[in-house]
Amino acid sequence: MLKAVILVGGPQKGTRFRPLSLDTPKPLFPVAGRPIIQHHIEACLRLPELKEILIIGYYPQVQMETFVSDMQNLYNINIRYLQEFTSLGTAGGMYHFRDQIRSGNPCAFFILNGDVCADFPLQDLYSFHKQHADTALVTIMSTEATRQQSLHYGCLVFDRNSGVVSHYVEKPSSYVSTFINCGVYVCSTDIFAHLAEVFYSKSQEYTNYSLINGANGKDQGHIQWEQEVLTPLAGTNKLYAIPVPNWWSQLKTAGSAIYANRHFLELYKNTHPERLANAGTKLSEQDSNLMCTIFPDVYIHPSATVHFSATLGPNVSIGPGVTVGPGVRIRESIILENAVIKDHTLVLHSIVGRGSIIGQWSRVEGTPSDPDPNKPFAKMENPPLFNKEGKLNPSITILGCFVQVPSEKILLNSIVLPHKELSRNFKNEIIL
Amino acid sequence: MCGTNSASTKGTRALILVGGYGTRLRPLTLSTPKPLVEFANKPILLHQLEALVSVGCRQVILAVSYRAEQMEKELKQEAEKLGVNLIFSHENEPLGTAGPLALAKDILSSSNEPFYVLNSDVICDFPFKQLEQFHKNHGKEGTIVVTKVEEPSKYGVVLYDEQGRIENFIEKPQEFVSNKINAGIYIFNPSVLDRIEVKPTSIEKEVFPVMADEGQLYAMELPGFWMDIGQPKDFLTGMCLYLTSLRQKQSSKLYTGPGVVGNVLVDPTAKIGEGCRIGPNVTIGPDVVIEDGVCIKRSTILTGAIVKSHSWLDSCIVGWRSVVGRWVRLEGITVLGEDVIVKDEIYINGGQVLPHKSIAASVPEPQIIM
Repeated sequence: MLKAVILVGGPQKGTRFRPLSLDTPKPLFPVAGRPIIQHHIEACLRLPELKEILIIGYYPQVQMETFVSDMQNLYNINIRYLQEFTSLGTAGGMYHFRDQIRSGNPCAFFILNGDVCADFPLQDLYSFHKQHADTALVTIMSTEATRQQSLHYGCLVFDRNSGVVSHYVEKPSSYVSTFINCGVYVCSTDIFAHLAEVFYSKSQEYTNYSLINGANGKDQGHIQWEQEVLTPLAGTNKLYAIPVPNWWSQLKTAGSAIYANRHFLELYKNTHPERLANAGTKLSEQDSNLMCTIFPDVYIHPSATVHFSATLGPNVSIGPGVTVGPGVRIRESIILENAVIKDHTLVLHSIVGRGSIIGQWSRVEGTPSDPDPNKPFAKMENPPLFNKEGKLNPSITILGCFVQVPSEKILLNSIVLPHKELSRNFKNEIIL
Repeated sequence: MCGTNSASTKGTRALILVGGYGTRLRPLTLSTPKPLVEFANKPILLHQLEALVSVGCRQVILAVSYRAEQMEKELKQEAEKLGVNLIFSHENEPLGTAGPLALAKDILSSSNEPFYVLNSDVICDFPFKQLEQFHKNHGKEGTIVVTKVEEPSKYGVVLYDEQGRIENFIEKPQEFVSNKINAGIYIFNPSVLDRIEVKPTSIEKEVFPVMADEGQLYAMELPGFWMDIGQPKDFLTGMCLYLTSLRQKQSSKLYTGPGVVGNVLVDPTAKIGEGCRIGPNVTIGPDVVIEDGVCIKRSTILTGAIVKSHSWLDSCIVGWRSVVGRWVRLEGITVLGEDVIVKDEIYINGGQVLPHKSIAASVPEPQIIM
């Protein structure tokens, strides 16, 4: 029997995902028509031995319970949300809920970070881990990055034959290895004995020093998985890594949601072709095979209303209750629940928030920040909001929920916070 | 024969200062000499020629300093239709605004009747009849038409008394002294030619002040609109004024149809698709195709251009045979030269696009695209 743990963090995390994370917890933000972590769940479901999924984080229960019960109903599998009382770090939460994870004696369990998007090759990961089951406590799913970008990730050095990790360092300041940690692991339950050692040695320290120095405001049970577990395990023959060539990306900024959307839509071709809209040019209203003109890949929620003269795609997701008017053109964008896009309007490289309304002949356009396709192993750059001159870096355009864009206006590389009624053109601005 | 007889047989004479390359109206003037660029679906020069012919002008001299051949060819036919004798006066070097008068002295002094002089960039309800009347009433050597502007500090203003006798000219006044500026339309007695030599001379700076000092120069206020359309921004403003004036005078010439808003001029050979919103203040030239669902405001679309579905155009000039793709947004005095192609979904703000270019990337800030 196998289990999976999905680490989702809490409201203090995912701030770079604002304003989209202001009304929806980031793990529930829909990418390719499904909440991000539903893609994790669907990957887990492909393993028949996997019997339970535990979502650990410190979002209030109320924000997660609808999603969890939806998942329970949709998939015949045990899914639970375990709320940490406070941020316990990537490993602290797992240690806190160790009994829940260990119950039923799973032979191993997966850990999936909630903010990674990938074609999770969990079966390959598990098969590899099983080969080393006598020694391996943790097997890391690894991917290759560019030398420069590797510094933003956990870097690992491992033996290409055995997979044994000899060195692990989180976000080094100088080059260590182009192989990086994907935030996806398979662990033996023996890891909890190791976590217990970390926990007790820390609590010792805590009692000795925190009375004098404080504990950085962190809870006593706070444990960082990468720095406090993986780094010490490297070089002990207990930490393994398997490099995978599959698509993988972090979902840090809103800009990376559009990149992730493209790849998840692409994956649907194999996993869920029925979710993709039929592609082709709609020549007449009578053509019942096509909803409108579609350049693949496009996802349209069944409850959305799309006029036959619209043109969508590539890389577009249309959420539930959305209205897309005549002659609308949408490309490389995510349109969330109940948004309305009126006649002849163009939406490019943008995310349109829940309930937002865009008038006729408007133009909502952002600048993509996709990885450089000419650089092998290049990952998503997550540039800071502002450049050195204090100017907004060009990024995708994001409309928070219930924003109104009037007719005939242009909104370029801008971020609009929720409930804003715009009255003029905006370029390269954050509109509070 | 006496002078008056000769004038009545020959009609009145006029000189139009066409001058140089019309660089301010580039990129349009890279393909077509400025006088031939269509303003409200008619070459700029024809607006002036027709107005001159309507007051009995039979001889019009065009003072040109470049590419006269193309212009001569195209204008000769129009001139014949109008029954006007078009004379091209070529300058070997640019002679400014006064020199060309001296160069055409023989024709201009062929009768004692006064003659008209006008700048080729000027669009208005040409007041030639009133001008001649006013001029003859005061009996002095010259009259210049003046027009009221909102921001006189950008121009040279004209100061004159109640009778219209000009007292002074002030270049770009810092303090408000008057809001009347030289409109670039004059009438002179042939004796003015004695003041000018065949050399580069500015009529405004070198001739008028002297005439004013001698009490020989009067100003007549222009009723109605006026615009110097020598650059794209003013070309569009001038078009708005012209169409407004057309609405008052000959509203039957304006286009009416589904989706039309305000004053719109459409050539009968142009095609407009369904679900469009055209106007206010739009001119659509011959053989233009506007596809379905297009919105155009305050713009001129020149002959043979195509604007594809769902595009939005505001304050721009689309050059001859240019093609604007679908979901394109053009704004901010964007000027497309001849035969420019703008690909689908492109945004151009204030772009000046040279002829025969294909635009495949957006231009969000004003820029010249070579």
